[in-house]
Amino acid sequence: MKVFKITPAELDAMIQEWSKAHPVYAPALAKQPAASPDCAPGWSRVDGNAPLTLPVGPPPASVKTFFFPQPETLLTYTLENNHPDKGLMREPAKSQGIQVVVGVRPCDARSVLLNNLPYQEDPFFQANRQRTALIGFTCEQTRSTCFCTQMGGSPLGSEGLDLVFSRTRDGFIVEVGSAKGEALVADLDLAPADESEISALAARRQEEVKASSTELDTLKGRELGKLYDAPLWQPLGESCINCGACTFICPTCYCFDIQDEVVRGQGRRIRYWDSCMFPLYSLHTSGHNPRGQKVQRTRNRFLHKLKYFPDRFGPFSCVGCGRCVQDCPVNIDIREVMTDLLAVE
Amino acid sequence: MISYMPYPVRIDDIVVETEDGNQKTFKLVFENEAHRKAWRHVPGQFAMLSLAGQGEIPIGIASSPTEEGHLLFTVNRAGKVTTALHQMNIGDRMGVRGPLGNGFPINTDMLGKNIVIIAGGFAVTTLRATLLSLLARRPDYGKITFIYGARTPGMLLYRDELKQWAQREDIDLHVTIDREAPGWDGLVGFVPTIAGDVAPSPENSVALICGPPIMIKFTMPPLEKIGWTDDQVYLSLENRMKCGEGVCCHCNVGPTLVCKDGPVFTRSQVKQLPIEY
Repeated sequence: MKVFKITPAELDAMIQEWSKAHPVYAPALAKQPAASPDCAPGWSRVDGNAPLTLPVGPPPASVKTFFFPQPETLLTYTLENNHPDKGLMREPAKSQGIQVVVGVRPCDARSVLLNNLPYQEDPFFQANRQRTALIGFTCEQTRSTCFCTQMGGSPLGSEGLDLVFSRTRDGFIVEVGSAKGEALVADLDLAPADESEISALAARRQEEVKASSTELDTLKGRELGKLYDAPLWQPLGESCINCGACTFICPTCYCFDIQDEVVRGQGRRIRYWDSCMFPLYSLHTSGHNPRGQKVQRTRNRFLHKLKYFPDRFGPFSCVGCGRCVQDCPVNIDIREVMTDLLAVE
Repeated sequence: MISYMPYPVRIDDIVVETEDGNQKTFKLVFENEAHRKAWRHVPGQFAMLSLAGQGEIPIGIASSPTEEGHLLFTVNRAGKVTTALHQMNIGDRMGVRGPLGNGFPINTDMLGKNIVIIAGGFAVTTLRATLLSLLARRPDYGKITFIYGARTPGMLLYRDELKQWAQREDIDLHVTIDREAPGWDGLVGFVPTIAGDVAPSPENSVALICGPPIMIKFTMPPLEKIGWTDDQVYLSLENRMKCGEGVCCHCNVGPTLVCKDGPVFTRSQVKQLPIEY
């Protein structure tokens, strides 16, 4: 793996260079217009003319939006009367070309790998993976809500990133994580990093491994029935207002609804973010609802992340970014739920 | 890769099945010969019926793979898409996405066994497909018992076929309605009662039971009394679905996805799941 070193000014020049050929996004620092074709919610187009500024820890919006856009057009059709193709469904126009996302934290990069497990065979997700380069920045500081080390991640992690920037005294060292990352730096004249800086980073990563915890892994071997019937869900379900905020800001919540939308005879079928917190999510046409109670829906979200997903795919469906802890209006904290689950007899 | 693109089909025929007009069987033919040839399903699988401007609904495939060239879906008018479908006419275009799900084990666990099929109401659709598949290779299976009940004679689906099956020596057919009705000289009584009276032997047998949850609940005790076990009984679950391919998460029952792991499960498998279906 190649490792370079650069100064902050060179980083901005690099972004300038990339933005000439590709759209480049970074976490938005201010509120943006609600619908701009050029920016994903929570992310702004950048051109490197202003110095890159990143918030501490994960930015408010995760990278989910680049892989699983809200909405995504699955197909289109016309309903114009007398049109020979009336009702015939067609492949949508596909977005083309590389997009570069700068300022990705290690937790969010891992979320893409986790979501890739259920989306392994999904053509839209896979096309978006192909065309998206993730430029990561390891975390110098973390937030009080961060818990990536409990979820198998690390603030200094490089998994899933095409380029990884880590702070040094006078700039960054840059690790190349993939062929896509390699291509982005190929034409730039970068100096190799000093051995001492490379080994210093490796040493810090070693420290992080020691600090990480695997206690939660014991949940994977637990019998589902015991966890499902545990008394902890009742009080949790009572305080949860089922607003769905946690599911939308969550980088690893990946469920969707599909709806048809017709405007002046031109139709499209779209998929968009849904939430298992909503009663409509599981409602049958007959009126029967398998998760008609609030407590059932709250339980479903946590057990999906901590039991159902690992039972199916192996890892937990949570990267410990802490966004849900930060934004929950009734102070539900998934870390407390995990502690309570571990304590279930 | 999975595809969200339905095959274009035309409605070739529409049969109003029931006296209340709420059940119609749609015969669909592929617009594209290549799609017709590519289509392979097993009884018990379902497909998304896809209406431009309305959406998609998961419906069990009522035709057997042995009926080549077309697909049959019997649809109960209940919600937005089914209501729109009921208003469509012969010759109209729509879409079919599938086949989806696992289907009944007609090529594995059911081979060489006595087959007991128990159906209530309009859940009989995929069991019709199953029965036709079994009849197409009758020597591969043992005794076939078919128990089917509806509220009234006019609510029975596939009435012409029921008459044909009644003539056959190689099906033990029991059709019942809930209460006495004028002109009905067949069985009267709920499906669980009839199942208890017929008392099919569990020996070297497999049962497929589809119907309202309450019917399934009361059908099990008389079967268990004569020795049936949960491993011999196959059920088909339903849940709200969107993608049908195991991605969108809507139909999850605990860690199990009805669309991909099911919809057919043994009763023992179902008992392992939380009651979220």
